[in-house]
Amino acid sequence: MLEIKNLNVWYGAIHAVHDISMSIARGEIVTLIGANGAGKSSTIRAIAGLVKGAKGQVTWTGKDGRPVQLLGRPPEYMVKLGISLSPEGRRILPQLTVEENLMLGAYIRSDKDGIQADIEYCYRLFPRLKERRGQKGGTLSGGEQQMLAVARALMSHPDLLMLDEPSLGLAPILVEEVFATISEINREGRTILLVEQNAYAALRIARKAYVLETGAITLQGTGAELLENPKVKEAYLGG
Amino acid sequence: MNFSMFLQHFTNALGLGSMYGLIAIGYTMVYGILRLINFAHGDIFMLGAYFVFFATIQYKIPWALGLVIAVLGATACGLLVDRIAYRPLRDAPRISALISAIGVSFFIENASIVAFTGVPRNVIQPKLLMEPFALGTVRLIPLSLMVPVISFVLAAGLLWVIYRTKQGLAMRSISHDIETTRLMGVSVDKTIALTFAIGSALAAVAGIMWALRYPKVEPLMGMMPGFKAFIAAVFGGVGSVAGAMLGGLSLGFIEIMSVAFFPKLSGYRDAFAFVLLIVILLVKPTGLLGEKLEDKI
Repeated sequence: MLEIKNLNVWYGAIHAVHDISMSIARGEIVTLIGANGAGKSSTIRAIAGLVKGAKGQVTWTGKDGRPVQLLGRPPEYMVKLGISLSPEGRRILPQLTVEENLMLGAYIRSDKDGIQADIEYCYRLFPRLKERRGQKGGTLSGGEQQMLAVARALMSHPDLLMLDEPSLGLAPILVEEVFATISEINREGRTILLVEQNAYAALRIARKAYVLETGAITLQGTGAELLENPKVKEAYLGG
Repeated sequence: MNFSMFLQHFTNALGLGSMYGLIAIGYTMVYGILRLINFAHGDIFMLGAYFVFFATIQYKIPWALGLVIAVLGATACGLLVDRIAYRPLRDAPRISALISAIGVSFFIENASIVAFTGVPRNVIQPKLLMEPFALGTVRLIPLSLMVPVISFVLAAGLLWVIYRTKQGLAMRSISHDIETTRLMGVSVDKTIALTFAIGSALAAVAGIMWALRYPKVEPLMGMMPGFKAFIAAVFGGVGSVAGAMLGGLSLGFIEIMSVAFFPKLSGYRDAFAFVLLIVILLVKPTGLLGEKLEDKI
């Protein structure tokens, strides 16, 4: 459903992403792992339409089967196509309540009943959010904010859910909880692109994985293959 | 001063203050989202007043229709200012947009002097609004009650839009984090345009009421009310609509009451507002209801 060919990202003179090619099929969890600064976020942000200096081909094929070129389109267009990004650092709106943050995620929709049903769905996925529904986003703990960021990204009812570092700054037990929910969301049929520094957690749930180093893909394979790969073990899994 | 005189002053202050408040809303909303002081805002107020003058007095269009034309015309001008002078500078340093704002303001004022001439024109008030009636011991004209009522109804309607609609949610969200708001599918340009449209429409309504109350129009009539409304926005807390109304009312009361109780100070009438600005910036820069504005990332 998403086909990336020779994607390059520049920030001024800095060449952050070199000729990346990857593909995501419907229903998969695909992960992009790599160290800090490897270009993971740049890649996912380019797909979401947030990067101005992106070149190459990013082709989206939605449910109607019609291929669309994504580069050069604004982020709001991607959301309407069915691509949603939960950004790095959660970016919860601190002055809005939990429920308002979720409503904002559903901005492009106007089916009131559907939105309400999806809010309930999000509360089932993350019961903690339901307890805090009337609280301001800024008062949530880091883990709760991450749950809210994922839930908010789900509210546009995306075909492709992109998650940028959902484990960032979370205690190990919370990482496990968030990742369990991510697999659950995938089992219900949603395609997921997961960008992670926490390679172990990401590879365990991913079907397909790419390793990014200094802006280029150096390894790819199934999650299980990469977990066993000696290079990956040494570089990302602590030997 | 007897009680009925006090009530008279009270009504005046309420009217003046609520007009300041209506103008202040436009400053506060635009500043909340763009961190831009829209210096041309007072000129939109002036255009609203002129449009109603031309429509109803020059071209004899019935008042009801003339009001609609004036508000729509001024709103269109506000949108045009955003489109031409601010939108191309969205990614530029904030100081560029500020300088552009000052330029636009001078441009509108001078173009108006050319187009409308600098001579003040008298506004003939509809009789219906001027027929005095007695409320207890106070004699009032309908106009002086209409001004605060209309202002409060509009402000309340706006609060409803901001807190109860999707577009309002987008506005509140953009003012904190533009990028994340875009990721939710919100078109930033459209939301900002909506903000300008609302602010301009309210300024136009204030301009029309101003022209009826102090029955004349002139090209620079927007300057002083514009400055004062800006002070009201700062006083109430920039970014807060309720604060803008509160700031406007405070300013109206300070202005009217200080002159009422100390008639000797009437020459300093305009100075009170600026003293207030300095004091609030020194003592409580976030204003009465404002939240701390963090710089944008």
